[in-house]
Amino acid sequence: MTVAPDLRPRIAVVVFPGSNDDRDAQLALELLGAEAVRVWHTEGELPIGTAGVVLPGGFSYGDYLRCGAIARFSPVMGAVAAFAGDGGLVLGICNGFQILTEAGLLPGTLRPNESLSFVCRDVAVRVERHDLPFTSRCRAGATLTIPVKHGEGCWFANGELLAELEVSGGIVLRYAAGENPNGAVGDVAGVANAGGNVFGLMPHPEHAVDPLLGSTDGALVLGSLVDAARLSSAVPV
Amino acid sequence: MRATVLVRPKAGILDPQGQAVESSLQHLGFAVDEARVGRLVDLEIDAADAADARAQIERMCEQLLANPLIESYEIELAEDA
Repeated sequence: MTVAPDLRPRIAVVVFPGSNDDRDAQLALELLGAEAVRVWHTEGELPIGTAGVVLPGGFSYGDYLRCGAIARFSPVMGAVAAFAGDGGLVLGICNGFQILTEAGLLPGTLRPNESLSFVCRDVAVRVERHDLPFTSRCRAGATLTIPVKHGEGCWFANGELLAELEVSGGIVLRYAAGENPNGAVGDVAGVANAGGNVFGLMPHPEHAVDPLLGSTDGALVLGSLVDAARLSSAVPV
Repeated sequence: MRATVLVRPKAGILDPQGQAVESSLQHLGFAVDEARVGRLVDLEIDAADAADARAQIERMCEQLLANPLIESYEIELAEDA
């Protein structure tokens, strides 16, 4: 299959009331060659030709009840779940990750940081899977520097679920030794679903795509998504 | 019908908020060995009877009010209906 390298795949960035990283995500995706379209949460359908979906960071619905618990009932989430069910690429960043776990599209849940403090700093994360549509630009075992900024990023799964994910390859990113900013079990920073087409992470790759801001390692994650979205848009429907 | 739902962190689940409350109470001089912090939801619902109310609230808890991975819940129905 030939893919025009200049094809700009359409990636939908969903905007919930309280999202605040949607414009950064859009900017980063555009920089990396996508046509990023912001989609308001009341939309019942994704834009025609959507080849990837990003749920951005923020504080959807004021984080009421539990982070992501209300947003998952937004009309657009039905379309996102259907898209994911058909194998579509869905990336959740921070609050987006929380929404995906609440929606049951990703395993585990995100709890208040063990320290009870909001953390905002660069962290080193190790790539445990470099064969996914979200990590294909990473080298095996690479360590990426990407900032986190969250109060409730402590990923939790019981022993049984964690063991299952360790075996099935659901753990995609792990905080490097001594870098766990929130007390997440297994130092887990990012997980994928069984199909590998839905991925959520607490670090913010969209804040690490420009050397002016320090690291550009976030471009490896978002660039992988753009590559994969370009490939999937090239498939005749 | 009035009802109250109590949502608690499950036993064995780390509760940093409870720990912070516990240590603050100890600072105040109270002999507290453990504090756990949960959430309380007061509801006013239309229900045919207590069993119907309970069934409705169970569904609310499963779908929204509690996260079954980490929280348990308890339903209390008001006597005067």
